[in-house]
Amino acid sequence: MDQSISYSLKIGGQAGQGVKSAGLVFSKIAVRSGYNIFNYVEYPSLIKGGHNVIQTIFSEDVVNSPVQSVNFLIALDLATIKIHQPELVNQAGIVYEEEANYDLGDLSTKTRLFPIPLKKIAKESGAPEIASNYVAMGATVSLLGAEFALLKDLIAEDLAGKDISLIEANQKAAETGFNYAEEKFAFGFEHILQKRDVVSPKMVINGNEAIAFAAISAGLQFASIYPMSPVSNVMHVLAANQRKYGYIFKQAEDEISAINMSIGASFAGARSMTSTSGGGFCLMTEGYGLAGMTETPLVIIEGMRAGPATGMPTWSEQGDLRFILHSHQGEFPRIVLAAGDPKEAFYLTQEAFNLADKYQTPVVVITDKNICDSEQSYEDFDYSNYRIDRGQTTTVIDSEYKRYQITQSGVSPRSFPGFGNHFIGNSDEHTEFGYDTETISDRNAQMEKRLKKLDLCAKEDMAAPEIFGPADADITLVSWGSTKGGVLEALKRHPNVNYVHVKWLSPFPVGPLKEILERAKYLIAVEASSTSQLAGLIREKTGVDILDKLLKNDGRPFFPEEISDRITSVLTSK
Amino acid sequence: MTTLQDLATPITPNFCPGCGNFGIWAAFKNAAVKAGWDNHNTVFTAGIGCHGHMVNFVKLTSFEGLHGRAIPVASGMKFANHALNVFVFTGDGDCLGEGGNHFIHACRRNHNITILLHNNSIYGLTTGQTSPATYKGQKTKSTPDGNPDEPFLVSHLAVAAGATFVARGFTGDIAGLTDLMIAANNHQGLSVVEILQPCVTFNKECSPSFYMENTYKLPEDYDPENKALALAKAIEWGPKQIPLGIIYRQNRPVAESEFPQIAENTLISKEASVRDISELFTKQH
Ligand SMILES: Cc1ncc(C[n+]2csc(CCOP(=O)(O)OP(=O)(O)O)c2C)c(N)n1
Ligand code: SF4
Repeated sequence: MDQSISYSLKIGGQAGQGVKSAGLVFSKIAVRSGYNIFNYVEYPSLIKGGHNVIQTIFSEDVVNSPVQSVNFLIALDLATIKIHQPELVNQAGIVYEEEANYDLGDLSTKTRLFPIPLKKIAKESGAPEIASNYVAMGATVSLLGAEFALLKDLIAEDLAGKDISLIEANQKAAETGFNYAEEKFAFGFEHILQKRDVVSPKMVINGNEAIAFAAISAGLQFASIYPMSPVSNVMHVLAANQRKYGYIFKQAEDEISAINMSIGASFAGARSMTSTSGGGFCLMTEGYGLAGMTETPLVIIEGMRAGPATGMPTWSEQGDLRFILHSHQGEFPRIVLAAGDPKEAFYLTQEAFNLADKYQTPVVVITDKNICDSEQSYEDFDYSNYRIDRGQTTTVIDSEYKRYQITQSGVSPRSFPGFGNHFIGNSDEHTEFGYDTETISDRNAQMEKRLKKLDLCAKEDMAAPEIFGPADADITLVSWGSTKGGVLEALKRHPNVNYVHVKWLSPFPVGPLKEILERAKYLIAVEASSTSQLAGLIREKTGVDILDKLLKNDGRPFFPEEISDRITSVLTSK
Repeated sequence: MTTLQDLATPITPNFCPGCGNFGIWAAFKNAAVKAGWDNHNTVFTAGIGCHGHMVNFVKLTSFEGLHGRAIPVASGMKFANHALNVFVFTGDGDCLGEGGNHFIHACRRNHNITILLHNNSIYGLTTGQTSPATYKGQKTKSTPDGNPDEPFLVSHLAVAAGATFVARGFTGDIAGLTDLMIAANNHQGLSVVEILQPCVTFNKECSPSFYMENTYKLPEDYDPENKALALAKAIEWGPKQIPLGIIYRQNRPVAESEFPQIAENTLISKEASVRDISELFTKQH
């Protein structure tokens, strides 16, 4: 297998047919065979029925995004074949239910068909009908030349905790599917999933899991969250692990309560966070500014989905950037970071906790559905260098303690209730002690104190944008967030193109970014937004107007193919 | 030991002369002295309204947050450090209008906190609009033709929503109010003290004399552990028919006790430290 070649396998069916778990199992087979993967899921906001699909792209090389083309399709229903037929490459493989007698038209000449009595095999193995997905998986493992033992183990892991007879029935179903394909379709497809000589253990992890893991590793003590797609999984991971690791997770009655509870816990000394999507963040904007005004550290995860209003709950958009940068009345320091993939989400979330404590202000980490729900394969994240910084605190008892003391840096040492000092956390404008005030001098002093914390953050912590590809390129793509994935894949096809990835949105890396952009020969902004919010921000901050834009706002990720097409058309028209 | 001197701040209360809030201020300070509440064991939150100004007048560590949100902030504090006495000063507008959702859910969950609800049946700070506790038909600045809506009966709502200690006091009876505040804090669970607090400036109907004439103390033999009786008592409201005292009391596990991670020590007693999560990573392999 050529190192750079990647293959894409799609599993489709109705919600409730076990599409997602089959996909996860498949991606782990690939990883345990020595390949890198990217999992991309599409599902409607439904639990049963509706079309669900998971795509696994695997390669010897790192895979950064989904692609439009499909090499191998597992169709658990007819709709899957109908919907995804246009994506199939020539001679793609299709595993599907034989008994259904689908009319597949001319597909038998364009593709390689592998009809299998999925339901019958599941039934004869003593497994429920849903085990059809494992029958199909067994056949696929045979066709792609992978080891059956990997699938057998993964079924046991997937069904861990279930009745042993059920697990064995599922394994038997898978094995029968495997044997059926071995006999009927031996070498019917290229063995592209043969186990490689060297296999290093890797995680299959999505953005939500990475964020929850980061919080746990970074010493999280309290989280309050209200469920919302596509970030609910952050709360599921936190909920499941709280007793083991000793922090508290509490589901609140709404997002307003979630953020206020987290603020209360933080005020009392706990390392705290909350997490939501755009709609929930609307309700949180009030608490967002409260954290800023009262100088209470808080980490907020905002996983964007397609808006406005309820929008498309299980689809993506990069439409909340300006909202997060400007929401809440008045002016307060806010630190806003954006992750481009699960790995960045992990490290940025860890960092966010330190920044929140150091600057005593809210820190937002932005992701989006394409990061939240998409797994990638990574070696275990190395955080051996991570140190907890709780910022300036004091336990000295001082009858003249000033919670909002005017200091050079703008940061004043925090004390906690119960330690003996008197102070007031106050959402009203306040004196250094925290008492209400409306005098000109207090107001000016406190406003200046709060806002200058951001200057310090820019100086001491802000990172410059990252550049991928050659320093000197014919075309420079500019973006942020999950768009990074599609862009990096496109870059594999265009050695003369580079990419500027913006992770710090507030404070904003004006100087370094301006320099990069002014040096570039031709700029294209790539954004999942109809109004190109990042390009607007860049123009506002640096004066550089990016004229060429590749925008979409249909809920889908940027596929490398569409970015590559744009690059090609610019290069040919030049 | 706490003295009245310890509780004094440099700020003089700016409530209108004759305001019931003076009574709450006095009762709370008396209770703090009697029960020994100080900056080692006590914290409070306040909503936005005249009541919220209390943060300026009592020298105990506090957090004045947003209109309606004092309860969730207090719940978070209690989770972080359940060794603290946690009080909430809130108003009928703050707690039942903007914060109604938090109020009923906090009652249901039974956080071990004490809510002191300044019920003046009006929006004081915003100069006299109707509140969720304003009587039907009452003329206010926002209902010049009479309030078209039925009011909440605070104590009734609290019992129904699941609060495990519900009492009603009156600012004209500072000694009685002091005792209710101490009993409420001693109770393990969510306590609501509904305090009848005349707003002499904007609510002429609920005047001090009105409450003097129409309140009575629940008799010694009243059984607050009987929920059906408590609901009936809490709904009682009329001439000479407003009961004061402990209306309802029930033993039920508190919200914080549902978390074994803080069974031994408070959440913040252990400093935040980097955790080894290699086990979580391995599960993803
Ligand atoms: C979000 C928001 N909406 C409205 C207000 C204006 N506001 C301040 S206090 C208040 C009502 C206060 O009534 P209550 O809670 O009964 O307190 P009181 O002043 O009577 O003590 C209102 C509406 C505000 N501060 N914040
Ligand atoms: S407006 Fe009413 S509640 Fe507010 S201080 Fe004056 S009398 Fe008291």
